[in-house]
Amino acid sequence: MNKILIKNGRIIDPANAIDQLGMIAVAEGKIFAVIDIPADFTPDYVLDATAQVVCPGFIDLSTRLREPGQSRKATIKSEVSAAASAGVTSLCVHPDTKPVIDTAAVAELIKELANKAGYPQIYPIAALTQKLEGAELSSMLALKQAGCIAVGNGNQAIKNLLILRRAMEYAASHDLLLMFRPNDYWLGNSGCAHEGVVATRYGLPSIPDAAETIALDQCLELAELTGCRVHFGQLSCKRSVIKVHQALKYGLNISADVAIHQLHLTENDMLPFDSAYHVLPPLRTELDKQYLRQGLAGGSIACICSDHQPHDIDAKLGAFPETEPGVSSLETLLPLMLKLVTEHAITLEQGIAALSCNPAKTLGLASGTLTSGRSADICIFNPHLPWQVNAENWLSNGLNTPFWGQTFTGRVTHTLQAGQCIYTLAD
Amino acid sequence: MNNLQLNAEGRLKHFITIEGLSRELLTEILDTAESFVGITDQQIKKVPLLRGKTIVNLFFENSTRTRTTFELAAKRLSADVLSMSISTSSTSKGESLLDTIRNLEAMFVDMFVVRHGISGAAHFIASHTAPHISVINAGDGQHAHPTQAMLDMFTIRQIKKSFIGLRVAIIGDILHSRVARSEIQALNILGVEEVRVIAPKTLLPAHVHTLGVSVCHDLTEGLKDIDVIIMLRLQKERMTSALLPSESEYFKCFGLTEKKLKIAKPDAIVMHPGPINRGVEIESQVADGKQSVILKQVSNGIAVRMAIMSMAMQPMSQ
Repeated sequence: MNKILIKNGRIIDPANAIDQLGMIAVAEGKIFAVIDIPADFTPDYVLDATAQVVCPGFIDLSTRLREPGQSRKATIKSEVSAAASAGVTSLCVHPDTKPVIDTAAVAELIKELANKAGYPQIYPIAALTQKLEGAELSSMLALKQAGCIAVGNGNQAIKNLLILRRAMEYAASHDLLLMFRPNDYWLGNSGCAHEGVVATRYGLPSIPDAAETIALDQCLELAELTGCRVHFGQLSCKRSVIKVHQALKYGLNISADVAIHQLHLTENDMLPFDSAYHVLPPLRTELDKQYLRQGLAGGSIACICSDHQPHDIDAKLGAFPETEPGVSSLETLLPLMLKLVTEHAITLEQGIAALSCNPAKTLGLASGTLTSGRSADICIFNPHLPWQVNAENWLSNGLNTPFWGQTFTGRVTHTLQAGQCIYTLAD
Repeated sequence: MNNLQLNAEGRLKHFITIEGLSRELLTEILDTAESFVGITDQQIKKVPLLRGKTIVNLFFENSTRTRTTFELAAKRLSADVLSMSISTSSTSKGESLLDTIRNLEAMFVDMFVVRHGISGAAHFIASHTAPHISVINAGDGQHAHPTQAMLDMFTIRQIKKSFIGLRVAIIGDILHSRVARSEIQALNILGVEEVRVIAPKTLLPAHVHTLGVSVCHDLTEGLKDIDVIIMLRLQKERMTSALLPSESEYFKCFGLTEKKLKIAKPDAIVMHPGPINRGVEIESQVADGKQSVILKQVSNGIAVRMAIMSMAMQPMSQ
């Protein structure tokens, strides 16, 4: 089916300020026409999107697919099927695979596994330093040539600021984006929960928000010093939002994202010692959550990511501090975004932009929009379809979600990646 | 937390934390313990309440006092007791906590008494163990040490008769202390007038006031009007992790001396969960002095643990 006509859908394309009922024509893997479809377009296949939203496929800035090295947690094959079912058509993967993405070979292996899985749009993020140890620079140019879209520090803090400075200078020389999760090693102090009321009550090793904001501040200073473009990932607290807002106003070439669960959960939602809530950065306070939502609505935080981290059961089976952090979150990405809309935190257009054109802009990708001539990466979802998070509906190998058993509204029905239908919801 | 510890009838099933328990239940523990105190003075120091039951003491962390009193308590209830120190055996072989528990379950155990260095370990075991098994928390990380708190409550009630109107000071390393967390909860539930924590900021959790305490950074100031003084043990590693400059400076600021003790009410009692560091948090003259009830705490530990163990096993033994 080379030519596809998607009709009767509500087309929302924030990049082109489109929100109207209409048709989209797809041909040869690209968007052929939007709304004004040439009369002579003869589709091989017509997709009826009545009562559904047709929008750009989502671009996820932060995922872990666990391959290579941790395939007992998940595989690229298992996780791209979860991504496809979530309307995600492009994925950035963090460098903390085993081995780390610090050589072209590992990046190429990931690309190859992605192609084999029928999901070519995986973008490895190269390690900023060798083995992510924060000591020696990685071969950034070779990694870029092998298909890495940016450089990053994964979850590892960079202790030595001189090394961070040099890595940023070197990345800037090759016009590489730094994707940075701000996190001060010493202040983080091997904690597992927010330094707040809940950690105090349960005696959990805790992480103050200053562990994030101080590292953020330092990196902002270095962004100005080095001219390196920086994207701050998975921000979690009020003062980070304020600092990013100020830096943007000041004119620094930066951007930021927030993990979807941080927009919904706080430390108070944590069930006692339930490892499903063990995430890094930790779930913080209601005030932090409100600021993150406002940052998103106001545009300081341009992107939402899933921060998808699938785990095997054993990784989450233990006393809370000993379990591994992270949520398997691709499949709840859309419904949780829609929940922000129903809770009036953002508009639907903002939510879609935060998952499509904004991350595309951050990464310098041409996708993330339904502009004719661009790759036909399209997500079609029914915003009113209820579904339950359960084994029957779940594709990721990681069952580690605090939302297990909950019923959400809004579900992807079709996902097209470069014109190929990579997911169709079964009737 | 509440649901995990209590069965459908609201009776004690596990004893993981003081949090969420009612004043009635805590009082029942104290009253039951009272009834066991006499047994220790009898010729035959045993009651048959837990005859035929198997209790396993699982100590992933070293302890002498707590383990011994749990062992004695179980024996006086006529249970079969097995004590295991696991810090160096299975877990170092890569066996997971759950595997250890599963293996012991397979040996028809009725109760686990667990001490573990990680906060939440007892809660984890209670959530995953077979439904007929009771779990008693003998201290988990920095979270809770509820039996220690109850034996301290017992000792306070024994001497002060009532909790109403009491002002209690807890002095020292609150941040790392599971004892402090459990005591603060117990004292508040039992209705004392004030729980006051006295420590430098480095030894207090960031949001300590949310635990229901008043906060003071000066011992001389903080001891005023105090009825009960609970001293906490200061670990040596607090000096190497930049929480305190030196033992001597700590003693100077927060060590309890005879002179400072005079600031508290004349009938104030001095408590310590042990083991004490003489000359670090407490002066020997005070530890061994007439206001000290430290050894009384230890003897009361047996009766209180007997009470908790028998109450937790009650639904099954009937």
